[in-house]
Amino acid sequence: MDNSQNIIARSATTTAPPQVRSHVDEVAKLIDVSKCIGCKACQVACMEWNDLRDEVGECHGTYDNPTDLTPESWTVMRFSEYEDTNGGLEWLIRKDGCMHCAEPGCLEACPAPGAIVQYANGIVDFDSNHCIGCGYCITGCPFDIPRISPKDQKSYKCTLCSDRVNAGLEPACVKTCPTNCIEFGTKADMLARAEKRVGDLKELGFRDAGIYDPAGVGGTHVMYVLHHADDPNRYSGLPKDPRISPLVDAWKGATKPIMSAIIGITAFAGVIHYMTKGPKEEPEEQPDAHEETPPHALGYDATQRNERGHDAGDSAGERPRGDER
Amino acid sequence: MKVSRNRLIRYSPLDRANHWSMALMFVLLALSGLAFFHPAFFFFSHTLGGPVWARILHPFLGVVLVLLFYAMAARHVRRNLFDRNDVQWMRQIDDVLNNRDEKLPKIGKYNPGQKLVYWALIASIALLLISGVIMWRPWFAGYFPIPLIRFASLLHAVAAFVAIVTIIVHVYAAIWVKGSIRSMTRGWVTRAWARHHHSLWAREQEEAQRREQP
Repeated sequence: MDNSQNIIARSATTTAPPQVRSHVDEVAKLIDVSKCIGCKACQVACMEWNDLRDEVGECHGTYDNPTDLTPESWTVMRFSEYEDTNGGLEWLIRKDGCMHCAEPGCLEACPAPGAIVQYANGIVDFDSNHCIGCGYCITGCPFDIPRISPKDQKSYKCTLCSDRVNAGLEPACVKTCPTNCIEFGTKADMLARAEKRVGDLKELGFRDAGIYDPAGVGGTHVMYVLHHADDPNRYSGLPKDPRISPLVDAWKGATKPIMSAIIGITAFAGVIHYMTKGPKEEPEEQPDAHEETPPHALGYDATQRNERGHDAGDSAGERPRGDER
Repeated sequence: MKVSRNRLIRYSPLDRANHWSMALMFVLLALSGLAFFHPAFFFFSHTLGGPVWARILHPFLGVVLVLLFYAMAARHVRRNLFDRNDVQWMRQIDDVLNNRDEKLPKIGKYNPGQKLVYWALIASIALLLISGVIMWRPWFAGYFPIPLIRFASLLHAVAAFVAIVTIIVHVYAAIWVKGSIRSMTRGWVTRAWARHHHSLWAREQEEAQRREQP
């Protein structure tokens, strides 16, 4: 990975990543679902720029092709036919792929230092060279985006064409989109453009039109304009309020320092105990004792404290007391 | 093996081979697992030949440990059930920790501390196995829903924490109680050691010997 960008977060890293450069604007890709015609030019552009050639799949009776994200298909068009309560039919098409969350669940979960980085411009990028193939990014992602390749056991997803953006170009999908459904720029500009478009859609009668920039993950650097922002789920299961699962937070958050500390303290407590109380020294051999050991000499029986307290002295009394060793 | 009259056999050669195989597995598993748990421990991944090898090998080593552990544990269930003296022993944990052994009740082959280690590992290793299979890529994780994998990942970390703390206590106890490490390396303990720490077991062994060699 050629790194000439500020990195604001780096997986499995507890020190500051390189971020000396100033004036880095956050970027965003805006996908206006209402303008998408489902031509899949973006899928082709993604394949072409990233040198990806997925296996030819099978038709499942829909336009979805391939039917899901794969290690070699980093974006897919998802088509859904939505029937509203009045019997109306809507054909909703959503370009699916990495959302480039401001708070990425993949990065939080990743155990390999530097395998996932977040640039100051907001792009969340996988450095496959450091990927170990554990799949924790899949566990952490609230959008079910990363895919591990069976060829090399590395995880892949949309890079937002970080290589192109780094060189001042827009992502390949944006460049190729024939309807300007996909736009790219600073996040502030994209939000302004999205708001204007939402206003237009409302005038056209889509009262629930809105921007999808979910706050639960700190906002995203891939945003949608939806005609039905009140129900993103109808766009092939886009989550309404995505957030990093509390289970992932518990796994990768508080438990790490607390359990690590308790492990250390337990080991240290052993050292302290040994130094202050000392070991239980090996008891002295009693030359004749092995010949015949009367039951009452075998130590103290808690169930008969008073009765045995005196005559147990034969054996117990010969042992040095722990304190005095 | 030649055993003098002052010695009692505590662990058979098979028990000891099993124990040290498990010990090796546990150390490798704990180190490679900790490497994925916290960045501070990431360098431990090199004990298995680097992070990718650690990711590949960790689950297989886990299966080996599970087989070794439950093969051992299944044979020792009865010896690890708690009795009344055990309860009294635990009430007197202060005497145990302060080495006032003469005040302690009689104990069989395993004391309550050892029994707790046994049951803690029975539980934590079972949870590690189940959660580990659910997380295991590329073989099994793909068959489980992501929310379940999240729960399994948290459970795996917590169960591993319990197992690691338990093993630290186990290792310390072996260092603390002189004569016990030799029982797991050479296999025998002195009669005095047996009477002192496990008097009921010592009596049982001595009676068995008398029956065999009158």
